[in-house]
Amino acid sequence: MDDDAEIIAEFLVESHENLDQLDRDLVELEQHPGSRELLSSIFRTIHTIKGTSGFLAFGRLERLTHVGETLLSKLRDGEYAMTPDIAEALLRMVDTVRALLEGIERSGNDKDPGVDVAPVQAAIELLLKNGGQPPAVEAPAVEAPATEVVDRSTPSPDATEPVDASTPQPPAWDGVERRGVQAPDPAEPWDGVERRSVAEATVRVDVELLDNLVQLVGELVLTRNQILQRTDTHEDVELIRASQRLDLVASELQESVMKTRMQPIGQVWSKMPRIVRDLAHQLGREVDLTMEGHETEMDRSVLEAVKDPLTHLVRNSMDHGIERPEDRERAGKPRTGRLLLRAYHESGQVVVEITDDGKGIDPERIGAIAVQRGVVAREQLARMDTKEIIGLIFRPGFSTATEVSNISGRGVGMDVVRTNIERIGGSVDVVSEVGKGTTTRVRIPLTLAIIPALVVGEGGERYAIPQANLVELVRIEGEELRRQVERFAGAPVLRLRGRLLPLVSLAEALGGTAEEGDALTVVVVQSDDLTFGLCVSEVHDTQEIVVKPIGRQLKGLAMYAGATIMGDGRVALILDVPGMAQMQGVGAIAQENVETRGVLEGDRTALLVIEVADGRRAALPLDAVARLEEFPRERIERSGGAEVVQYRDGILPLVRLAPAIGLTDTAGRGEQVAVVVHEIEDRAVGIVIDRVLDVVEETVVLSEVGRRTGVTGSAVVQDRVTDLVDLEAVVARMGVVA
Amino acid sequence: MTAPTLGVAEQYCTFWVDDLYFGVAVAEVQEVLRHQPMTPVPRANEAVRGLINLRGQIVTAVDLRVRLGLPPRPEGALPMNVIVRSRGEVVSLLVDDIGDVIDPRDQGSLELEPAPSNMPADVQDVVLGVRPLPDAILLVLDADRAVDVSAVPDTSGGNS
Repeated sequence: MDDDAEIIAEFLVESHENLDQLDRDLVELEQHPGSRELLSSIFRTIHTIKGTSGFLAFGRLERLTHVGETLLSKLRDGEYAMTPDIAEALLRMVDTVRALLEGIERSGNDKDPGVDVAPVQAAIELLLKNGGQPPAVEAPAVEAPATEVVDRSTPSPDATEPVDASTPQPPAWDGVERRGVQAPDPAEPWDGVERRSVAEATVRVDVELLDNLVQLVGELVLTRNQILQRTDTHEDVELIRASQRLDLVASELQESVMKTRMQPIGQVWSKMPRIVRDLAHQLGREVDLTMEGHETEMDRSVLEAVKDPLTHLVRNSMDHGIERPEDRERAGKPRTGRLLLRAYHESGQVVVEITDDGKGIDPERIGAIAVQRGVVAREQLARMDTKEIIGLIFRPGFSTATEVSNISGRGVGMDVVRTNIERIGGSVDVVSEVGKGTTTRVRIPLTLAIIPALVVGEGGERYAIPQANLVELVRIEGEELRRQVERFAGAPVLRLRGRLLPLVSLAEALGGTAEEGDALTVVVVQSDDLTFGLCVSEVHDTQEIVVKPIGRQLKGLAMYAGATIMGDGRVALILDVPGMAQMQGVGAIAQENVETRGVLEGDRTALLVIEVADGRRAALPLDAVARLEEFPRERIERSGGAEVVQYRDGILPLVRLAPAIGLTDTAGRGEQVAVVVHEIEDRAVGIVIDRVLDVVEETVVLSEVGRRTGVTGSAVVQDRVTDLVDLEAVVARMGVVA
Repeated sequence: MTAPTLGVAEQYCTFWVDDLYFGVAVAEVQEVLRHQPMTPVPRANEAVRGLINLRGQIVTAVDLRVRLGLPPRPEGALPMNVIVRSRGEVVSLLVDDIGDVIDPRDQGSLELEPAPSNMPADVQDVVLGVRPLPDAILLVLDADRAVDVSAVPDTSGGNS
């Protein structure tokens, strides 16, 4: 009954606050007996407590507040005039309510025999009977001390112990738990041991103060770093010892202060059962919701930022994931779908998983819709693997709901979900199996104020790249550099595992000139759908940095996300990866990929220009190209008379292009063999070429010159005569596709 | 005594930039520092010379020589920092040398006068007016305008 305990704990905190307000109001009311405003406020407070206690089945509390409420309503409506007797009765009622609440806190119920409700209740009832006139008999006071009424701001320990406890030892407070104050099992009788009251164990603190503390601790950590760096080379043992202590204390302080801003994800999840229930009802689904890891904590700003995205993901699972009960039965699944929300900490991050056992995401359907909606070009789609295709659901302008339902079709797409999560340095990925279900995994940082970053060097200065944008580090030297880095319509690209990665020189982005060396260090970074390589001079280390804002004068520079202070006290700029991509036009290139690499635009054809047979140029229509691959030569095996290579859990037959079009075969002399994967229906064939030269889009004027088997003719492509390969003929001639 | 012109402080923190003698109202000055290590900000406006770590706060340093269109500081001469508060932010003005805090009224200048119209436009742009003193003319700097340098990079290649 974790949830009940939590509700009760919240009720207690809220009620204690309300009662303090009530005391002040009552005292003030005695001085201004006619104040309708005060009376209304008091009435509302008692009414709230009454309502909640009824809901939580605290019968005595409910009855008591009920009579109090009746008396208050008469006062509010002007039927009774305020008299000292009425005030006294009301104050006593408040004390008794307080005593009952304390009983609830100890034992989980309001049946504490130490609190006598009857006299107060009787006194109020008597007042009501006599029409607000003083009762004849003075009811005995409850044992709560009178001092408590006036001043609760500094509660004395005695005030909270109306019943003498034999061993008033509150449990040790570990400083971590705040919300999870457990009311003991209601079935268990009160054991006589005092526990620290909820109201005392928690303090409400202004968020601004907490933010300030975090900021100050950030400074302290930086100063500590500076001192540590200095004392490293020092010989004074005492100083070294002191600095080590400082190191320790500062780290612990940082951790504790960060914890003060931590809130459990349970706060977001407490709303989920209701959302799921309503949605299930609306959509005609049967859903069993399981939630794990309520207590997983994260920074309040992070929690705030992920609230909406998580809710949206849950909606999505309900709407697009879990099928209708009939459909589930037909698929041989139980009628009731399962929705699992799981939160846990992993390597300094919070991971939230949303798993359903619904119909899964069908990559083919996603691909078809993506092409249809113009999210991606067809030949681009052909080059994508399943994971990338599923990733298309995060592209702007994508929504798979055939009919726009009022659940998901609210103009908030998955792209917004991802943007919001990435904005705080998180990531989303989806794993799905058709027919089995989908798991959406959201990774979010614990905090926003301090982020891990990779520090790189350029032009004698250091720059920090947020870890969230980091994909990998690649170093290319010597021969590989020449082979893998090419100029692609003037822009440098890196051939990385069969994909072309646009390169941006950090030096050039910073307005300098890139040094031509025989080695290249590439930091592969990612933001949104864009992955590109940032060429840097030096890579330092990864470290935790404190993000600081930069002045108005620099706000217009999209390439900086802020600045930080390094261990030596110097300022280093934090690079904004999306901003850099935008400034360097990388985004524009990627956009072009989508827009202009279309198969046909007007009468222009997209062609893959390749080199075959020692410098001879040939071109393939780009839409015939599924993927570009490179295999080590030793991976080529023979099967019958044909060359094959193991590829994606299957066997890919290979055709050497040069002999097929009547040229001398020179492919595969090096260590790597370049292969163009061509797909015909569900079969694939690999065409072995020397290397890929370019992708161009040209108006092809076909000339009969050079026409022969496997070649439809030639055309001028990039000002050079190029053979146009007739793929079908090439493949058919080799007879590899049976 | 004549009442001071509204909004014009009577005490100025003074400094030199090239051969110009400037003053900023003391109320706007947070502190004055000797040369500080700076981290350059590539692609920023030319007048932004870098970022300074001011006790954990990151402060932009604006070189008044560049801002005023004056020739660069001689080789080896290190600028001083006049840290001013401007519209909720703290900005450092890089100047050549720091002078005293003066009250022009002590030297017979009772009121702020308009800047001579033949002053270079770049200078006029950041000056509220002048206070003629017996042996110099004090240019009263408008700190808000002085630190208001275009955020748009002046180098090619960037758009925003």
